[in-house]
Amino acid sequence: MNHLGGTEDTEVTKPVFRPRRLVNKRALCVCTMALAVAAILGMTTNVKAKPDSDEARYLNPREMVLSNDGRWLYVMCEASDEVRVVDTRNGSVAKTVTVGHVPRGLALSGDSSKLYVANSWDDNVSEIDTVSLKVIRTLPAGFEPNGVAVDQEGKTLFVANRLSNDVSVVDLASAQEIKRLSAGRGASYLTLSPDGKLLYATHVYPTIGKHRTPPESEVTVIDVQRQMVVDRKTLHNVAGVFHSAVSPDGKLVVAAQLRPKNLVPLAHVEHGWAFGDSLAIFGDDVNGVVQVPLDELERYVAMPYAVAITQDKKKLYVSSAGSELVTVVDIQKMLSFVRETNGPIANDLSASANYVVARIPVGRNPKGLVISRDGARLFVANRLDDSVAVIDTASDVVVSTFGLGGKPDMTSLRRGERLFYTARFAFQGQFSCANCHIDSTFDGLQWDLEPDGFGVDIVDNRSIEDLSGTEPFKWNGGNPNMATECGPRTEKFFYRSQSYSSAELADLVSYVMALPYRPNRYRSSTGELTAAQERGKVIFERTKTKRGEPIPEANQCGSCHSGPKYTNTKLADVGSGKPTDRSPLIDVPQLPNVAYSAPYLHDGSAKSMEEIWTVFNPHDTHGVTNDLQKDELNDLIEYLRTL
Amino acid sequence: MTVASYQLPVAGKKRNRATLALVLAVAFPLLAVTPDMPRYKWENFTTANGLPDNHVFTVLADGNRVWVATENGVGLYDEGKWKVFTPADGLAHRAVLSLALDKRTGDVWAGTMGGLSRISAGRIDTFNQLNSGLSNDVVYGVAVQGDYIWTATAAGASRYNTRTGQWSLFNERNTPMYEIWTYAVTAGPDKVYYAVWGAGVLEYDIATEKWKDYNDPDGETEIVLFKDQGLIHEITTSVSYVDKILWVATYFGDSRYDGRNWHNFLTKDSGLPSNFTNQVKALDANRAWFSTDKGLAYYDGTNWAVYRPNLKTGAPEMYVRDSDGNISNIPVETSPAHNYILGVDFQGDDIWVATAKGLSHGVRQK
Repeated sequence: MNHLGGTEDTEVTKPVFRPRRLVNKRALCVCTMALAVAAILGMTTNVKAKPDSDEARYLNPREMVLSNDGRWLYVMCEASDEVRVVDTRNGSVAKTVTVGHVPRGLALSGDSSKLYVANSWDDNVSEIDTVSLKVIRTLPAGFEPNGVAVDQEGKTLFVANRLSNDVSVVDLASAQEIKRLSAGRGASYLTLSPDGKLLYATHVYPTIGKHRTPPESEVTVIDVQRQMVVDRKTLHNVAGVFHSAVSPDGKLVVAAQLRPKNLVPLAHVEHGWAFGDSLAIFGDDVNGVVQVPLDELERYVAMPYAVAITQDKKKLYVSSAGSELVTVVDIQKMLSFVRETNGPIANDLSASANYVVARIPVGRNPKGLVISRDGARLFVANRLDDSVAVIDTASDVVVSTFGLGGKPDMTSLRRGERLFYTARFAFQGQFSCANCHIDSTFDGLQWDLEPDGFGVDIVDNRSIEDLSGTEPFKWNGGNPNMATECGPRTEKFFYRSQSYSSAELADLVSYVMALPYRPNRYRSSTGELTAAQERGKVIFERTKTKRGEPIPEANQCGSCHSGPKYTNTKLADVGSGKPTDRSPLIDVPQLPNVAYSAPYLHDGSAKSMEEIWTVFNPHDTHGVTNDLQKDELNDLIEYLRTL
Repeated sequence: MTVASYQLPVAGKKRNRATLALVLAVAFPLLAVTPDMPRYKWENFTTANGLPDNHVFTVLADGNRVWVATENGVGLYDEGKWKVFTPADGLAHRAVLSLALDKRTGDVWAGTMGGLSRISAGRIDTFNQLNSGLSNDVVYGVAVQGDYIWTATAAGASRYNTRTGQWSLFNERNTPMYEIWTYAVTAGPDKVYYAVWGAGVLEYDIATEKWKDYNDPDGETEIVLFKDQGLIHEITTSVSYVDKILWVATYFGDSRYDGRNWHNFLTKDSGLPSNFTNQVKALDANRAWFSTDKGLAYYDGTNWAVYRPNLKTGAPEMYVRDSDGNISNIPVETSPAHNYILGVDFQGDDIWVATAKGLSHGVRQK
């Protein structure tokens, strides 16, 4: 048995080295040498791969961590529910560990002995022994755990839960979740400070605030020792914050973020940006929270995702998942620029020229970043290539790319997935489908989409889970099918440039229509309803008011919200129209997983499900609800959450 | 130390005994042993030194910090400075009636006249009857029980599950709550108790999820016919549950219940300065503090001590009543800010007191 616990029948997927564009002779030389070395090592290995299932799957490597000795790169694969263990000496996959469903977060204990994987669809965390490479325990978490971190002593695990908007605190001795800390909306990523004292949580959805005001997100700061939230950094005009990193001296925190421009018509995308791609920086090095752009004039680096800071604090790297590149920032130049500049710079697209020193093309949908222990290499998870790019940090060029295995042939779904996540079709590469549909969900924002005037037909972004049978699309039902939604509409109103070919459009539609529902956390596994849910179901299905008066069929919940997706796929006027809407007729939305997609109504004006009826249904036009007592309305909502 | 012991004037033979006791006390001061009750130096806060409002509904000690619920927002006293949270900061309403600390997370929950707010590391989240499942916006009481937040509202009890976001409402339709004006709530490891204004006490068993009510057995609203046979009165204002002992405050006296026996406290046979009690807060199974309209009272299981400005002169006053009914005046130089006391909380040996005209910090002297 080797160090990894692998045996003779454990196979290594042969590395696939795919040279990237090289920018100079030095880089070419480095790359060639690396290829040669890696190829030799790859050929000489005597370990064989053993697939976990008969049918190969795409992997979607998303997050990575390195063992303390720097030899083993643990690559968490979101699509195949695995962690692949890569020998960094040769890029070979030495072992595959199966974890739970749709893993999203990965962390290594301080002594490198345990690996923790957040299984977002199972609401738990796999604990892997890094010697035996076996899952030894399954730990509890909240709704859709997405990020994990473990304290330096290995006593406490923290888990960021995207759908319950909190951070689980798990005692590792007892394997019990001892408490939850209230985080922001869409808690997803956790970063431990180098001294282990503070934990930073970032969030993919904005805080639900006052309707049609600039979005805000927060960085939740947790005291690791006290296991309490001690600060909340407000990020103004920000929605969609991804990974953060802390400089080795602890004085600089950097988070990758999106600045949406959702209060003005998106149709004017050529006049600015739909999204600004930027960094939020704070800590002792700067005064307050400063937002610095990554974009350039007429060139965008869509969907910044992961951040890595070099040990000498000279450079930071940011992966841009939509633009298929890694941006290199000179930290001292950035700090100098921030200190010398008066006023906000977040909207100044010329700013990045002062501190961005390189853009490194990598593979498709680059996500996780890890710097090697010696600082010489940066590993980049090319999520939709099932590979890892290796960047030489001295030259800032890709010197090799090794494959992780996975499904070798290309399918329509895979092509569609790549199209969904790339920003190359949008004008100036500004954004991709995934900007608004983060991880193929939604963004929690309300948009002014079409060139119909400022503030007209404001629409809330809808979830895109399991859309088959919910046609037509758009809140006004204007698009009869997904091909129209993704094709002409996207080309004309969103991307403002030549869009997909027919074949590409077919692939994209295939992918979108195949997106499944996430697990419903409010419905029991047996389908049995609680007493409150059962009472709510009766209210949902009732045909008479509490006074015994018949409710017109058109105003019964189950009339519009009928069928397997709880939509009759028609338009209805439920009195929720606003003066700024061109028509009061609204597409009846499907209801499955409605619990997750606040705010509600077509324009997102109802901050909670309760407000649909307590605020926006004064005349019983959106179902008859005004005869209900408060607890009965609660029951109705409990039932709706199970759908 | 000079200690004057006496008994309050009573009729007939009792008056004679009282006179005798007074004579003996004056003649032989060394024979009258005054119980050693806690003494405090009182430091008072008003708007003049940063308090958001002089009308303080309740107070909550949180380590070295102190939170106050006032008629004009929540005040946080930390390292000698006041920070104030108002609706401008997201607080549900300016009139704050109740506070509860989640010791595990550090979050403070504030019940207001306009909903429930969570103050968490400076961020305020507000829940009201329009945007959430909260039963009513008037939140008289709030308590934390694990992951649940229990509220006492003007329209029944609400329970919020902080993990799932689900609300459960409890009212006349699913509990023995024949009045829905819930006035206070307290949570222990096994039970949750509600003071229901006009309907006694409700007990929720966490394990069985069953409700049980405790009511005044004589059913009389003005008098107490059956003392120690049950809850002293239906108009309950406060509950405290410590060491499996339930303490109940009413506007007509107070009660202690150990699960089998009731013991009631009235001014006529205890050291309570008034039967009109706004809050009772227990230290343990035997000791409790009573916030009344005529001063603050401490009961150590045997003896009583009362702290207040003198009701006539306003001069600082402290007196002790022993188990035999002997009263001893303790000379003091300070007193709580006002005799109308609404609530207390403990900070080590110190005590913080919410009054109708200011906040008081009792610094323990001995």
